[in-house]
Amino acid sequence: MNDIIISVRELTKCFGDFTAVNRISFDVRRGEIFGFLGANGAGKTTAMRMLCGLSYPTSGSGTVAGYDVMREGEQIKRHIGYMSQRFSLYNDLTVEENINLFAGIYGLSKAETEERTTELLERLNFSSERKTLVGSLPLGWKQKLSFAIATIHRPEVVFLDEPTGGVDPVTRRQFWEMIYEAAAGGTTIFVTTHYMDEAEYCSRVSIMVDGEVRALDTPARLKQQFVVESMDEVFRTLARGAQRGE
Amino acid sequence: MKNNFLSFVKKESLHILRDKRTMLIVMLIPVVLMVLFGFAISTEVNNVNVAVVAPDRTDSVRDAVNRLATNEYFTFKGYISPEEIDSKLRSGEVSAVVCFASDFDRRVVQISAGVPSTPVTQLIVDAANVNTAGVATAYMQGVLLGTASQQSMFETRMLFNPQMKSAYNFVPGLMGLIFILVCAMMTSVSIVREKEVGTMEVLLVSPVRPVKIIFAKMIPYFAISCIVLTLILLLARYLLDVPMTGGVSGIVALSLLYLVLSLSLGLFVSTIATTQVAALLISAMVMMLPMLMLSGMLFPIENMPKFFQWVSCIIPARWFIDATRKMMIQGVSISVVWQDVAILSAMTVVLITVSLKKFNDKLE
Repeated sequence: MNDIIISVRELTKCFGDFTAVNRISFDVRRGEIFGFLGANGAGKTTAMRMLCGLSYPTSGSGTVAGYDVMREGEQIKRHIGYMSQRFSLYNDLTVEENINLFAGIYGLSKAETEERTTELLERLNFSSERKTLVGSLPLGWKQKLSFAIATIHRPEVVFLDEPTGGVDPVTRRQFWEMIYEAAAGGTTIFVTTHYMDEAEYCSRVSIMVDGEVRALDTPARLKQQFVVESMDEVFRTLARGAQRGE
Repeated sequence: MKNNFLSFVKKESLHILRDKRTMLIVMLIPVVLMVLFGFAISTEVNNVNVAVVAPDRTDSVRDAVNRLATNEYFTFKGYISPEEIDSKLRSGEVSAVVCFASDFDRRVVQISAGVPSTPVTQLIVDAANVNTAGVATAYMQGVLLGTASQQSMFETRMLFNPQMKSAYNFVPGLMGLIFILVCAMMTSVSIVREKEVGTMEVLLVSPVRPVKIIFAKMIPYFAISCIVLTLILLLARYLLDVPMTGGVSGIVALSLLYLVLSLSLGLFVSTIATTQVAALLISAMVMMLPMLMLSGMLFPIENMPKFFQWVSCIIPARWFIDATRKMMIQGVSISVVWQDVAILSAMTVVLITVSLKKFNDKLE
């Protein structure tokens, strides 16, 4: 079985004269937690949108879960999960209704849905909240539920776009435990974040500056390479040279 | 993947059902508007206070006054002297005064015999309210004319709405208004809300086709609008006694077309607006206001300056109201108003095409 789940070569996206993503190349291995870092405006979101099949690359090539980002966007969408920084469940629906909706979207059968719902709620200790409106849950719970629902169809890759924005440290810690668990189960995690302590949790980290990938390695080796103590310093060293502002 | 379409329809229905307040408003607005326009607000002129100046109260003068007094549009406030006319009108005690000439009888005979004569009756009307004054004058002339000349030059017959009930006129207009409100405004806000909250992004990353998301959104609103339509038609028929002699099926068919048009209008707005407030404003200011003013609901299109007549052509409600009026009141069948139907259909097709294209472009 192919060990590389995301493979990108010279991927470029231009908006008119502006090159948002400039010939980036990298590989992501199956089951790894891949941290995708960069300051605001560095092009991470654009790059991620191309990988999710939301936007066509201007040039270059890439595959996600074995499907071509140029031609097979619809197939990619079936095989990935996605969770955005903005909380993405429906507040006026109950926990169960939200699960049913996304199970329906990914074409799960009734029996499968029921089985996975029960399993998911037990894993999260949410069984008593099945009929609760999502809007009345605390933010940390919503975040966990959101992640669980993003993976309800057992995708091979999950894209997390700043998943822990605005969440307290304890919940963030718990959230990362969920991520580890999913990764241990073979799901590949592709995560963007602003928190440099979270970058330390990743198997490998890439740092984008001005639309290009300037660094890509394990956190330990990056620190070694830049001769610094923390990822935060690695990031600041690289970001200092940025041309584009916020 | 039929399954995922149904899950969407279910989800949208839940959104609407959970939002009790909006539901209530949507159901109440038509009822309130119908009752308000049907009974409270009317352009008919009723109970105009009239005083009479008659120096010589002959039988024929009494006869004419009697006819005024028994007419339901006028309230006879008694005889007054010529000196009182000004003060009575100024104080608002009466809105019109009828003055009979002192030699009324003799002159009427002369006129009947074809001898040229000065006017025999003078109407003095308080024209502060132009509308009331105009209508009251016309009515009074009609009532009094019988006395002055036995053989009138014109015989007038009011067809289709002999009692000149303004409710007949308002029902089609209200339908045009309410469907825009329910369909266009609510769909646009609901689509834009998903963009604003961020859930749209998640839906777009999912394997569901964007077109499906949109159509799933329209279905529950379409259903609600059908309920509202039924409500309006029932109220119009049984509360306001609108004739609908042309049969209900044509009216329903036309209304359904207009519903789809309103939904696509909502979709179009949602592709322009990025926030819910913007969507509301566009729906309210850019769509509702011109609709109220230029659709012919309140003001006759023929009376507008040429420029506004042209503008009114792009307002869907104009064509809908025109056709509905003909079908509801004149009782013609839908084939007679084919022109309006064709225009409405064309507008629908254009709107859907443009908005779907815009919607897909946005994803890029």
